[in-house]
Amino acid sequence: MKIAVAIKRVPDMDTRFKIAPSGTAVDETGLKFDMSDFDGYAAEAALQINEKQGGGEITAISLGPDVVQETLRKALSMGLDKAVQLKADAVPFDGYAIAEALAAELKGGSYDLILFGRMAIDSSNQSVGPMVAELLGLPCISAVSQLDVSDGKTVKARRELEGAYEEVTCPLPAVVTIDEGVARPRYPSLKGIMAAKKKPLEVKPAQLGPVTATVAKMELPPERAAGRILGENADAVPELVRLLQTEAKVL
Amino acid sequence: MPTILAFAEARAGQLRKVALEAVTAARQLAGGDQVHAVLVGEGGIGAHAAALGQHGADVVHVCEHAGFARHNPEALAALLAAAANATGARVVVLPASAHGKDVAPRVAAKLKVGLAADLTSVAFEGDAIVGRHPVNTGKVLATVTLTAKPAVVTMRPGAVPPAAQPKAGTVQALAPVGDPSASRVVTTTLVQGNTAKLDLGEAPVIVTGGRGLKAAEHFAIVEALAEAFGNAAVGATRAVTDDGWRPHSDQIGQTGRLVSPDLYIAVGVSGAIQHLAGMRNSKTIVAINKDKEAPIFKIADYGIAGDAFEVVPKLTEAVKAARAQS
Repeated sequence: MKIAVAIKRVPDMDTRFKIAPSGTAVDETGLKFDMSDFDGYAAEAALQINEKQGGGEITAISLGPDVVQETLRKALSMGLDKAVQLKADAVPFDGYAIAEALAAELKGGSYDLILFGRMAIDSSNQSVGPMVAELLGLPCISAVSQLDVSDGKTVKARRELEGAYEEVTCPLPAVVTIDEGVARPRYPSLKGIMAAKKKPLEVKPAQLGPVTATVAKMELPPERAAGRILGENADAVPELVRLLQTEAKVL
Repeated sequence: MPTILAFAEARAGQLRKVALEAVTAARQLAGGDQVHAVLVGEGGIGAHAAALGQHGADVVHVCEHAGFARHNPEALAALLAAAANATGARVVVLPASAHGKDVAPRVAAKLKVGLAADLTSVAFEGDAIVGRHPVNTGKVLATVTLTAKPAVVTMRPGAVPPAAQPKAGTVQALAPVGDPSASRVVTTTLVQGNTAKLDLGEAPVIVTGGRGLKAAEHFAIVEALAEAFGNAAVGATRAVTDDGWRPHSDQIGQTGRLVSPDLYIAVGVSGAIQHLAGMRNSKTIVAINKDKEAPIFKIADYGIAGDAFEVVPKLTEAVKAARAQS
């Protein structure tokens, strides 16, 4: 299958963030960056589809400054075949601006399947995948936890809801965004890392859409006050219940 | 006169709590202006219009069609975009629920505007819409400005609790755009969990079990505690859902559900960063864990560093007794 996977470079979340002097972004000094979690699941899902069916080609695509090439190389080292960087000075916060640029690139690619992560783990807008589908006029199933395209014509997927799930189908070509549950990403092998260096990585200017959503301010949420350990066994239960009734007033 | 349009989400013929939240948020934005709600479903869904009027909808546009019996994102997005244009909506408010997050970006793309997602608050600031949106797994708070007209926003479930503010709730029939039964994306099956139980996004109290419970069957003590509260849902950590002890839909954390109940009780949960990301905004946090060095105690208001199998049944009895007295 001819598959495209959209990939975002995001900071490692296992850190204490600081706010940049601009007040509208996090300070990137000392941060580690990697592929957004769900995009890793999407890349793995694409690999498994083509491994099962044999043949095909998978293109990784990422929008941003040259540092995203590192993330694209990681995708190539996992086994994706080629990469496209849509070059922009920065990644806008506005998902629609991004979606127009991705749609412009994906439009002529005659992809059978276009995969996204359910959301970028940093900006958490969960918007670009379905927006790209709208712009391309393709059907879209978002946030799928199970995916089956084995008949080559249809997407059969499952989406988790609040206290429920649903089974959803649509014809290919289609856009699908990947939730947890589909596939855990593989670690690149040494052979994969070596091979990735020779795979094609094309750089094109990003044709961003209009920006109408911007970040006016970023701040750290207030820290929680330090809690109390009330005891080390069930003897502490009466005190806990008393505090829940009188102090927290939740019982 | 600008209108605020709210999507009133229903599932299997029932109005969801987030529908009332979206209408309440729209009402707060509207001030003296009109709130229009959109309610779709199969025949009979219109019976819920009155509840939307009670929460501040001046007009309820009802579209009843067999094609809307289950989630139909293509037909729904077309309908909402058309309704936004027809009513001259200044803002379109949807819930940041599974279905809301599926539809909102499609509506925004049809209207060719940006989207502010998963907001915990929203307000006008001059001519722009300003909302707050937790990013980077809740470790950073972004203030987002939308200048497009209409602005499309999704509201985090629970952020704006439903508030009664009776308005006319005048019902107007809304014709679908095209044939909803002809959508390419088809929801073939909906499997509801135990509907007698509260959803994680709606429950005022959540009791979550972690790997410290050691086996799937030990969730019985967590279930019993939740039942003692009477208004509690049961959550799980990623380790637990990965092991198949609980369904994926119960997972609370960075890659699962983000919750902010009044009371969150973590049982046998160590407090991995990815879990804390999903529950750190709970009002009161209680942790019960054997290991007193566990990170969960750093963000818990109250902790008991003891054996869950000893402490939790005692707590269950005490909660039952306390509730019997009140």
